[in-house]
Amino acid sequence: MTNEELKQYISALFPTVTYDETGEFLNILIASTELKPLIKTLRYEDDLKFNFLFCLTCIDWKTNLMMVYHLISKTHKHIVVIKAKIADVVKPEIETVCDIYQTANFHEREVYDLFGVNFKNHPDMRRLLLDESWEGYPLRKNYVDENMITI
Amino acid sequence: MNLLLTISFSSVASGIHNWLVSTIPNELLAKSVEMVIAGICLLLFLVPLCFILGYMERKVAGFMQMRYGPNRVGPYGSLQIVADTVKLVMKEGLTPTGSDKFLFNLAPVIMVVTCMLVLAPIAFAKDFQIWDINIGVLYVSAISSLAVIGILMAGWSSYNKYSLLGAMRSGAQIVSYELSVGLSLISIVILTGSLKMSDIVMSQETGWWIIRGHIPVIISFVIFVIASTAEINRAPFDLAEAEQELTAGFHTEYAGMKFAMFLLAEYINLFIVSAIAATLFLGGWMPFHIGHWQEFNHIMDFVPSSLWFLGKTFFIIFIIMQFRWTFPRLRVDQLLTLEWKYLLPISMVNTILVTVMAIMGWHF
Amino acid sequence: MSLLGEDYTTEEGEFVINIGPQHPSTHGVLHLKVWLDGETIKKVQPHLGYIHRSIEKMSESLSYRNFIYATSRMDYLSAHINNQACALCVEKGLQIEAPPRAQMIRIILAELTRLASHQLWWGCTGLDLGAVSPFFYAFREREAILEIMEETCGARLTQNFCVPGGIMADIHPNFQKRTKDVLKQIKSKFQEYDDVLTGNVIFENRNKNVGFLTAEDAISFGCTGPMARGSGVSCDVRKWFPYDGYDKVQFDEVLGKEGDCFSRYMVRMNEMKQSVSIIEQLIDNIPEGDFQAKTKMVLKLPKGEFYQRVETARGELGVFIVSDGAASPYRIKYRSPNFSNLSALDHVARGYKIGDLVAIMSTIDLIIPDVDR
Repeated sequence: MTNEELKQYISALFPTVTYDETGEFLNILIASTELKPLIKTLRYEDDLKFNFLFCLTCIDWKTNLMMVYHLISKTHKHIVVIKAKIADVVKPEIETVCDIYQTANFHEREVYDLFGVNFKNHPDMRRLLLDESWEGYPLRKNYVDENMITI
Repeated sequence: MNLLLTISFSSVASGIHNWLVSTIPNELLAKSVEMVIAGICLLLFLVPLCFILGYMERKVAGFMQMRYGPNRVGPYGSLQIVADTVKLVMKEGLTPTGSDKFLFNLAPVIMVVTCMLVLAPIAFAKDFQIWDINIGVLYVSAISSLAVIGILMAGWSSYNKYSLLGAMRSGAQIVSYELSVGLSLISIVILTGSLKMSDIVMSQETGWWIIRGHIPVIISFVIFVIASTAEINRAPFDLAEAEQELTAGFHTEYAGMKFAMFLLAEYINLFIVSAIAATLFLGGWMPFHIGHWQEFNHIMDFVPSSLWFLGKTFFIIFIIMQFRWTFPRLRVDQLLTLEWKYLLPISMVNTILVTVMAIMGWHF
Repeated sequence: MSLLGEDYTTEEGEFVINIGPQHPSTHGVLHLKVWLDGETIKKVQPHLGYIHRSIEKMSESLSYRNFIYATSRMDYLSAHINNQACALCVEKGLQIEAPPRAQMIRIILAELTRLASHQLWWGCTGLDLGAVSPFFYAFREREAILEIMEETCGARLTQNFCVPGGIMADIHPNFQKRTKDVLKQIKSKFQEYDDVLTGNVIFENRNKNVGFLTAEDAISFGCTGPMARGSGVSCDVRKWFPYDGYDKVQFDEVLGKEGDCFSRYMVRMNEMKQSVSIIEQLIDNIPEGDFQAKTKMVLKLPKGEFYQRVETARGELGVFIVSDGAASPYRIKYRSPNFSNLSALDHVARGYKIGDLVAIMSTIDLIIPDVDR
């Protein structure tokens, strides 16, 4: 499917989404509450079949956090990027997708570890890379480490 | 020169024996002193033997892996193993807290003692044997299976899960492979009609069993080498210590001298297994004889019998060492499959073949 | 609560062993907590972070020229390919392209890196399964490749040869001749590799019918590289999203069928042959010209997001740069192949024996610094 067709298809199901095509891929911006149904649709609809989550990360925009999901369909060879804004930076929360993509299990734990985003219904929400006793979330922009040397 | 040729291990041994009997009036005391001397001689033989085997192992590994092996300490690196031994002796012999201290310290001793016991009936040269017991082969196979107790003890008392897994593996392994070893030993016993080591060697005066015994004996020789490699826990059957799986298996927690004793036991076991294979299948100290070619046999007799024995033994050691540096390790269930589904049935059928051959007199 | 803050709860008859962080077969500081029933694996729980250096955070304060060198330390066996990914991503942002000569040298070096990496893997696979000698045979050829790297790049392992806009320096005059010599040597040794390990009965038994991963699971777990290709999932970035002129090269994507350890093993073995053929096509046709495009002293990427992926020796490496227009990235994410491949370990290893876990780990070919970053 081309980007235009994808846009039409998704807009019909989710009228609230907005698009951003300035980058390399088609970006779909969606509210964090609607993320799970959207990804479920993208994964299981036969015409879409985005079965491969090749990158899952988070960006700290200081005023909000943004989850970024890169999806590709191995059968149809089209790519979309889904961006979900989380407004609450103090206690960020979003629905997990690791029941749809098993790879999300580790990636979400990494995001939890480094950004502090809590994934609801995640089976094993623990820190992954850092120690359990670590305080703060290092990849946040407001994270201060007195031992850190800026070059 | 003539005198030199008449000196042999047997003449030295009988000389010492006669001297002891004549100087010490009490017969019991004389026997005891003789035993002590034999024990000391054995120890003096074993320690250099382990040095040589350790050095040989490294050199064989180097030879198979396109490298030199040890070549810094001493001439051609020959003192490397001495340096390593000194290091092991100097290290602290740790005993982990939580371990069963008595069993933990006893285990390496048991390992060394059992493998030394097995050396008793082995004929190192003509008429040179510590104890020519009339049930030699049975004795060997009975005592050598005691080693499993040492391994289980070490694994259990270490208070370490890796050790425990290693010990359990080796328990299953040694007990299973004992059967094939026993059956392949029996094939020679059937042909000889005696369990006595000296009888078995003498029966090969007109040719070694591996040549006289046709294919069945060759099969049992191969099975013996495979099964005994498994019994002494050497690669590719080193599941008990499987470095990549269980770090060091049953001797994970051992350090220093106690670890050195396991190493000692491993090398002595390697020597014993090869010595028994050499004795039973390759004629022990018996020179290479062909039937009744008197002249040929006479020429062969000029090579000292001890050299024949050691040559054959080291040849088999060399083969077993090559296994170690060639093959990957088996998995624990494949190991047992190999024994119970392949080696054991084959050796059972082979035993019948050997029996038929012995009854009909089909061997040379 | 223990230091790690986790449970060691077991069911009846089970027990937990910790494999690693110091263990001969974990190839680094991977820590696996394994629930066992006898010898059978019930559950594997990886513990990461023993070599976490926060390269992503570090890169946020480094310039676009400098952050590339940090990535050599991720997957240190594919250091050049990591650098290439970053250089390509910065080039994408700057909307420039490396000159053809630079591109071709990059590919040749990348394929040499892949060969060296696969050779190390081959040696380690043998080593993990108890065959010690193949390791030395593998190192014989790997050493020859690393010497080429040393001569041209100045470093053996962390080459740091890629810069945004091309390569750092021109190749050494001996490069072509030595590469051809090494290729000849490697080609003559493939048969030896097969004789020593591939055809060995014990080795086949250890690897066949062990560690199955279906194609669906491979996709769901985000597996890439030989791990996914062993299950028959086509995922070679060089074919799907060609970069640096891979579209002009003739080569096949190696795919396995069964999805067990042996099929992953065979994928890597055949990939080595493909790499040799790629280098053979290119080595005599390196075009003349510049080796570096002209770039500004201080690189500034325009505002936006850039994603670039390459095929490392272990799978798909994605570099995701978010730029706010400054001289260093606002946020950078490395989608490392091993991280996703490792997440499938629990699924793959369940129900097999401890000995199989070693075989599975060696065919996943984990590099822990790449997992932890």
